[in-house]
Parts: sequence; C-alpha cells; structure tokens
Amino acid sequence: MGTAPNTTAAAAATMPAAAPGAGVVELVGATKRFGDVVALSELTLSIPAGTIAMLLGPNGAGKTTAVRVVTGAMPPTAGAVRTFGLDPTADGEDVRRRCGVVPARPALYDRLTGADNLRYAAQLWEVDAVEARITRAAERFGIADALALRVGGYSTGMRARLALARATLHDPELLLLDEPTAGLDPESSRAVLDLIRGMADDGRTVLMCTHLLLEAEGLADYVMVLDHGRTMIAGSPHDLTRRLFTGTTVTLDAEVPGSLDVAASLPYITHYQREWTAVVTLDDPDRLPDLVADLVARGVRLTRVEPRTPTLEELYFAVRAKDADAG
Amino acid sequence: MNWNRTWVVARTDLLQLWRSRDFWIPLVAIAGLFFVALPVLLFTSLTTISDQGLVQQIGDLVDTLPASIQQQVQGDSPNVQAAYAMAVYLFAPLAIIVPLTVSSAIGSHTIVGERERGSGEFLAHSPASEREIFVGKLIAALLPGYAVELVGFALYSLVVNLIVGPKVGGWFFPTANWWVLVLWVVPPFLALVVALILRISARVSSAAAAQQSSALITLPLVISAYGMASASLSRAGWFIAGVGLLAWFAAALALWRGIRSVRRERLLGLGG
Repeated sequence: MGTAPNTTAAAAATMPAAAPGAGVVELVGATKRFGDVVALSELTLSIPAGTIAMLLGPNGAGKTTAVRVVTGAMPPTAGAVRTFGLDPTADGEDVRRRCGVVPARPALYDRLTGADNLRYAAQLWEVDAVEARITRAAERFGIADALALRVGGYSTGMRARLALARATLHDPELLLLDEPTAGLDPESSRAVLDLIRGMADDGRTVLMCTHLLLEAEGLADYVMVLDHGRTMIAGSPHDLTRRLFTGTTVTLDAEVPGSLDVAASLPYITHYQREWTAVVTLDDPDRLPDLVADLVARGVRLTRVEPRTPTLEELYFAVRAKDADAG
Repeated sequence: MNWNRTWVVARTDLLQLWRSRDFWIPLVAIAGLFFVALPVLLFTSLTTISDQGLVQQIGDLVDTLPASIQQQVQGDSPNVQAAYAMAVYLFAPLAIIVPLTVSSAIGSHTIVGERERGSGEFLAHSPASEREIFVGKLIAALLPGYAVELVGFALYSLVVNLIVGPKVGGWFFPTANWWVLVLWVVPPFLALVVALILRISARVSSAAAAQQSSALITLPLVISAYGMASASLSRAGWFIAGVGLLAWFAAALALWRGIRSVRRERLLGLGG
C-alpha cells in the first residue's frame, strides 16, 4: 500500500498542473452548491496511488458528490479537481476511461442479462477481448452462473457483485465505491472488502464512501470524516487515534497477576485497574516500550501486552462529539 | 465524436426495447391496425358494395376532391374511384402519424428512464460524451419508428394493390409522391419530433411528465405533419421536396439544440 495521503487546511482556488508523484486524486477547495444547499464545502485532499481512502459520514455528508466531482460527472462550483493530473471537467473522457465506479444504487439495466450489462460497459470503455473479460469478471465475483439471466431477477447481493464486476471489467486505475456493501449479506460484504484489498495490493487506488464504520476498519490508509459537505477531520487512522485519543489503553497479564500492581506507580500511567487482567492507560502511546521495560525490570513476567486501538466507530463519534462541543 | 460508442448506446437501448415486449407489442398492434386491418376492412367494403344508393354517395365524395386530383383518380365505378382516392390521398397521414407515435413513445422514456432507474449514473461515469449519448438515444428512438414506417408502408402497398389493384387495371401503389413522402419527408419529421422529445426527456423528472410534455409538443407537429402529408400528395413533386427540405432544416436545428440538453448532471437526476 502507498503512503498515507495528506490534507491541507487552506483551500486553494487554483491548482497547478500535476507534478510528478502527485496524488491520483487531488482536490483543493472543491466546493459544490445546488442553489442554497452546499453539498461539498472546500474539500481538500490528495490520494496517492495504491492507497485506500475512505470518506466517512452520515447520509447527505457529501460523499457521493465527492465521487461525482472526481470523475467529472459533475463539475465543482468552485475549487480545483485533478484526477490523474487531469481536469475531469475538461478531460472527462480520459479521466473516466481510467476510473471504475460502483454507485450507491447499482445502476444496472434490469431488462438486460448480466452478460449484456457487462458487455455494454466493455464496449463503452472499448476494451479488447470483451467476452474473455466478461467471463473472468463474472467468475471473480461469483456470478458466472447467472450471466444469462435478466438482472431484474437478481438478488441484492448479485446486483452488487455484478456492479463490481462491471466497474472492474476494464482494470481501472482508480476504483470509486459509493456505499458498496449497503444491503449486502455478510458473505457478499466480505467479497467486496477482499476486492478492495486486492485492488490496492495490485497498486490500484481506491476511494470508498461509507457510513458503515466497521467495514472500513483495518482497511483504510486514509480516513476523511465529512458532515454537511465539509471536512471534520482527515488523516491516517493512526494519526487520528493519536489526535483524538490522548491516552492509549493497554491490557496486561502476567504469570502472577498481583505483580502487575507496580504499574500503578509508574509516572506515565494515568489510570490503573485490575481484576484478573490489568488495564492501564498511558499518557502517550509511545511510552508502551517503556512500560514493558519497566515492568520486566521490576520482575514482572508478562504473558500478555495488548494495546487497544480505538475503532473507527469510536473515532467517528469522538470527532462528532468534538464538533458538537465546538459548535 | 466516437461513432462506435454512439452505436453501442443505440444498440443497447434497442436491445432493451426488444426485451420489453409489453412495451413494443401495443405499438406494433397500432401499426398493424392502421397499416393493415383498417385498410383491408375499408377497401374490401368499398370495392364490394352493391347498394347503388351508397355507391352514388361515395361517388359524390370523389367529386369534392380538387379537380387536379380528380383527374388522376382511376377506376370505372364511383366506389372503385373512391377506394383509389382514399388509398392514394386520404391514408397519407398514416405514413406520418404511426411512426411518430412509435418513436415519440420510445423517445419520451429514454433519458428520463435512465434517471428513474438510476442507470444514468452509470452513463454519467462512462467515457461516452453527452453528444454520443444523445445521438445514440436518438438513433434508438428513430430506428423503430422508421422500421415500422417502412414495413407498414410495404404492407399497406400490398393491401391496396391486392384489393384495389385488380379493379383499376393492376398494381398502382406506391405512387411517385408516396415514395418521396416516405423517403424524403418522413425521416426529418421523425428526427425533428424525436430530438424535441429527447430534449424534454433530458429535462423532466419522471417518465410520466415526459409523456405528458411530449404529447403537448408533438400534437401540433403531428397535426401539421398530417396536413402537409395530405397536401403534399395532391401537389407537384417539387412541393413535397420543398416540404422535406424545410423539415430537414428544422430537424438539424432541433438536433443541434437537443445535443446541448444532455448534461451529465441531468443523467444523475440533478439540474433542470
């Protein structure tokens, strides 16, 4: 996977031509208004190649608008957008040819068969070896047996798989997924998340929108929390954890549990509690090696040291709580 | 403009239409009614009437036609002359109205249908340009209408030649003016109406609204097309050619403006 993307707080009104090494997706102060409604407010982000970036937020946060702006399906009202270093509004065809999009609604043609839907995409993207690609994509997503059936008869899971197969048929460099697991059964959801990991492992870039925080867990290199079209917080999950959760909680166990009580007197421990195992809170996550060394030095034979990373869900609600306090 | 992609859009729309039998069977039934069933009934009745009083009344009908047309009417008896006049002059509007009905029914659904189904989002994120999408959908709405026109015209020709032909000395249809009407006048009228309807379809929010708006727009056009088609068949060839030329200009203008009506935001269901 690539390096973590970065954001800038100040939104620029213009953006220079893409420099070598620039992100696959670059937004600077991207704003989209529909009359008085601001769908996207000065969104600034940079996503390098091979990264999995997640846009988190409730419905109406501006996630779908962001995806549409990135492919040029919708021009921004203000700000600058570069995808592959190109302006998607002016060079839309070149941008969209290299993108694969799974919209929030699968956007399939119900009266056509699964194969017809895939063939339509293959021909619009003008790929070679159309039938071989259709077969390969269908097998990859487990819908090969349903290709000859009309999509109108597909289950929700099959529709989602077909939409994914269609979006990846042309081997896109950038995959944009808008709530791809909404309404899916666990098996299909896992297939989607496996695909995302696989795409990133192949060096592809993934931008995924979701309000299901659990599915982003352990997957995202970069997280941006949106609400009402504006960025509430952005960064790698690790960065966000450090910024939002000043104390790191660690679960400890030892051959003699009572020996762990010495930890309570260590200066960087802000909280100590022991029942069978001990749970301590460090004032700085970087003190974890110190904790282990100090305990060992005091003769504690540790059998378990498990730092607990806050979940994305906890991060998300912490951001929202912070925002509510500030508001 | 990439014609390959344009044709892919058109072909996929046609494939969807072909798979929607509940949609196209009624349209084919209407075409069959006007091009075959009604003419068979009418011309068989006219050419086999034995009631002399009725024959005389029908003969009076021919007397109401312009003198220039009366001179061209063939047949020995008043009822055969009436059948001939109806076959050549009075059924002309069929050549316009039926294909217009078919194409406008298809066209009114096409873009707004993408929005309603959500599949417009797929097209909006595709490499196809707005122009390719518009022209593709135009072709998909035009072709079925014109196909109905050509097949219906062929069947109608068969019907009138088989029923009326033996009474007037052999096959007489289509006349030269009908050829010009079908090959030169009808295509631009179809293109004009479909371009206008697609423009509506790109702007409204539902298929029902598209159909209602389309009816408002196309009704005057259908009426004028009816009048022009009827008048054309009784005039000299240059008049029909001129009508066709005007229609081609109007169609070109409607196409040019229609192409600009398709925007990606509208495919997404946004923007008026």
